[in-house]
Amino acid sequence: MSRTNAWIRIAFCRDIPLREGRAVRFGHRDIAIFNLGNRFLAVENRCPHKGGPLADGIVSGATVVCPLHAWKMSLETGQGVNGPSASSCVETFRTRVEDGVILLDVGDTKEDSESALSEELPPMCIEPSEIASMRDCPPPAEA
Amino acid sequence: MKKLVVVGNGMAGVACVEQILRHSPKFQVTIFGDETHVNYNRILLSSVLAGEKADDEIVLNGLDWYRKNEIDLRLGVRIVGVDSQAHTVTGDDGSVTPFDKLLLATGSVPLIPSIEEVKKDGVFVFRNLDDTRALLERCRPGLKAVVIGGGLLGLEAARGLQVRGCEVTVVHLMEWLMERQLDPTGGGYLAAKMNQMGITVLLGLSTTAILGNGKVEGVQFKGGGSIPADLVVIAAGIRPNVSLGHEAGLEVKRGIVVNDYMETSHPDIFAVGECVQHNGICYGLVAPLIEQGKVLAATITGNKGPRYEGSVLAAKLKIMGVDVFSAGEIGDKLDGSEVIRYEDPALGVYRKLNLKNGKLAGAILVGDTADSHRYMDWLRSGKDLVPLRRQLLFPVPVEDAGIDVAQMADSETICGCMGVTKGTIIQAIHEKGVNTLAQLKECTRASTGCGSCSGLCQSLLKAVVPEFEEEVKKTICRCISFSEDQLRDILRSQQLKSVQEVLEIYGNGMGCEICKPALSYMLDMLWCGDHNEDRSARFINDRVHANIQKDGTFSVVPRIRGGVTSPDELRKIADVADKYRVPMVKITGSQRIDLLGVKKSDLPKMWADLGMPSGQAYTKGVRMVKTCVGTEFCRFGVQDSTSAGIELERRLENLFTPHKVKMGAVGCPRNCAEATVKDIGLVGQEGSWQVVVGGAAGKKVRKADLLVTVETTEEALEAAALFFQYYREGANYLERTYDFVERVGIEKVRKETVYATAATKQELLERLRKSKEHSSDAWLERDTPRNPTQFVQIQPLEEVFV
Repeated sequence: MSRTNAWIRIAFCRDIPLREGRAVRFGHRDIAIFNLGNRFLAVENRCPHKGGPLADGIVSGATVVCPLHAWKMSLETGQGVNGPSASSCVETFRTRVEDGVILLDVGDTKEDSESALSEELPPMCIEPSEIASMRDCPPPAEA
Repeated sequence: MKKLVVVGNGMAGVACVEQILRHSPKFQVTIFGDETHVNYNRILLSSVLAGEKADDEIVLNGLDWYRKNEIDLRLGVRIVGVDSQAHTVTGDDGSVTPFDKLLLATGSVPLIPSIEEVKKDGVFVFRNLDDTRALLERCRPGLKAVVIGGGLLGLEAARGLQVRGCEVTVVHLMEWLMERQLDPTGGGYLAAKMNQMGITVLLGLSTTAILGNGKVEGVQFKGGGSIPADLVVIAAGIRPNVSLGHEAGLEVKRGIVVNDYMETSHPDIFAVGECVQHNGICYGLVAPLIEQGKVLAATITGNKGPRYEGSVLAAKLKIMGVDVFSAGEIGDKLDGSEVIRYEDPALGVYRKLNLKNGKLAGAILVGDTADSHRYMDWLRSGKDLVPLRRQLLFPVPVEDAGIDVAQMADSETICGCMGVTKGTIIQAIHEKGVNTLAQLKECTRASTGCGSCSGLCQSLLKAVVPEFEEEVKKTICRCISFSEDQLRDILRSQQLKSVQEVLEIYGNGMGCEICKPALSYMLDMLWCGDHNEDRSARFINDRVHANIQKDGTFSVVPRIRGGVTSPDELRKIADVADKYRVPMVKITGSQRIDLLGVKKSDLPKMWADLGMPSGQAYTKGVRMVKTCVGTEFCRFGVQDSTSAGIELERRLENLFTPHKVKMGAVGCPRNCAEATVKDIGLVGQEGSWQVVVGGAAGKKVRKADLLVTVETTEEALEAAALFFQYYREGANYLERTYDFVERVGIEKVRKETVYATAATKQELLERLRKSKEHSSDAWLERDTPRNPTQFVQIQPLEEVFV
């Protein structure tokens, strides 16, 4: 039953504004994809706390804050990073960008967490000036 | 127990009683006060007038103090007779009270210069709390006020009136202001400063008459000139109140004569304060009175020993932004004296020292009084200044800006008013476990006079008490290490217009759910909507203009101004609810209709079908104005609250605020729409509106404070708008009006809104107008979304089967 590298074409890069998330639903899956400027990250669109839509949260570095009760989840590891959320996690999904299109790996099994990071960035997604001002996202500090 | 009767419940009398209570034997104490107030700090009356302090904030000893010390307090009784043979005093209520010892602390009375027709409606003196209240009652923005007298009191009164919105002119008889404390140059610097603040100063003018028929219309000067005036304050000086001294047959010259032990010519009668004359001098400032009280307390309790040998005269002007200090002998023509001067006209700084035999004889500081403690100490101690010649005007800089408390000697005075030294404070900290400013005030009385030493007291506490915590400015969150106050300054001065820019330069580059919305609001407010709005920095509600619910659906609340709707509107709402299968339709507490359980993707379509503007029920912004039917239908209504409410809502809608703003307008004091528990409320009365602010009926219940009472609806709307913009500009993000008003104080709010100068008000309204101009109904984004996926659910580009 296990399947890997099931890459599907999800959306155009331009559909997700910088530092925002969007929900995408197919089948029984509800996934939140975020535009962090230099990469797109995807997690399950369901906060482990009360099921809040993470795609509607405010992005803080490489974390997202659930709009319902402010649980903060890492978009890289899926781990909760503030007080009560720390022992919870959400599923993460690998992404990559091809010709201005975001692809998502919806294979049932995940590979190591490093692979959650996306590949090179196509020029059309982001202004060069914004790239210059980007900072590396440090690991979550509040664990 | 012997009976001590004190005549006078002012600062000198009560401070002396405080000292007496520290000695034994004990007395049975009775205090008579002709005012009806407990002992209060007279020096701070000008702060009450200027709205910096409330009445109850200047109380020195409350009723519980009198009770605790078993003092019989007789307020509102004026002592009119003293029988020094029979040892009794007679009150104007006919009471006769026996005494073993009598203490006269009758203070002084205002000096009224010989002016014709001085007894007119609108002429005030400024001496006690009742005078202050009468003035406050009378002064209105725009009134022309003339203050006769350019001394300490006159200038402070002038500033107070100006803060209240009056156009103020100070008329002074002498050639320069504060001529007893300043030289002509110093007076010139002071006059320039007053002018800068918008107060007109007329010098060398003798007022001869008050003009007007029954009511003040102007003042006339010697030589024939005159100026118009709506109110006149006479602050031409004081003279010792010595009538009881005469009654008692004491030796009286200008004041009741006392010796170095504070004894009068009668063995059982004593006097202290402004009513006495010691060594030819009558003192009118607080510090000498306190020194006298200490000596007198020893004498009267049979512990005679300490002597009063006169005080160094020192005065500080208490006007915010106008620093003036003067001490000792300040004239230019002292025998054998050397004068050292420094001035910087651009900075408005003037310093002058008089040296005599290598010691400081007097000092004047205008524009910067930070060094006044050093000079006071030199004056009191008679320090040999020859070795310090190079550091007379400017001390060797210490690392810390301001005065370094560590460098002060223990004998140096921290509180000049109450005569409290650094040593005394340190002793109190060590021996009595004092560790807050309030305890320090209670224990040593330091900082209970003019209050200008509170900073020094705090630094001292900080230096000595390890756990003392100064009030730290709070930062918004961990992303940015600045307070909101500082950030507003930074954004303004650095012309920053986007949240990310601020985070990159002043923060950690990332931001979080706390600072991002706060910065978004700040930018919107500062640039009046003319900034680069970054939706990613806003909460989801402000991205899709609806309130997110627990299941991720949204609620839709259209604007129904003043809660007034129509059959058509209701029908439309019903149709929309049907069409989109809205799970719940609910009447809200704000006289509106809430459609709950709406999918994000349905929002723009519903808004279009409704054709009504956004009610902003999802954001920190203008919610609504709840109204009653007022004069429209109600048989009790006295104001048209419905129209007023609708108009108020129309003027402020679509704007963002630090926290939600709920308003109310009621047509009579029955208050059916609960305006007095709203952030802003209009309460109609017969012929007027009360504008109230800072009410709450949520987590906290708070009755709103009265901002102002005005006659017309337009004035009420303007007052509401002034407060609204003032709140927008001054409150921290997520600070409701009720917390804001409590933090700032309603007096200050009034002073800076409805009682501000015409120019200030105009500026507030102009910024509000500009913001309003840049604002729009958020629901119009149904036609022009910010981005193609603002409301739509993303569908995968290819078919997937999972």
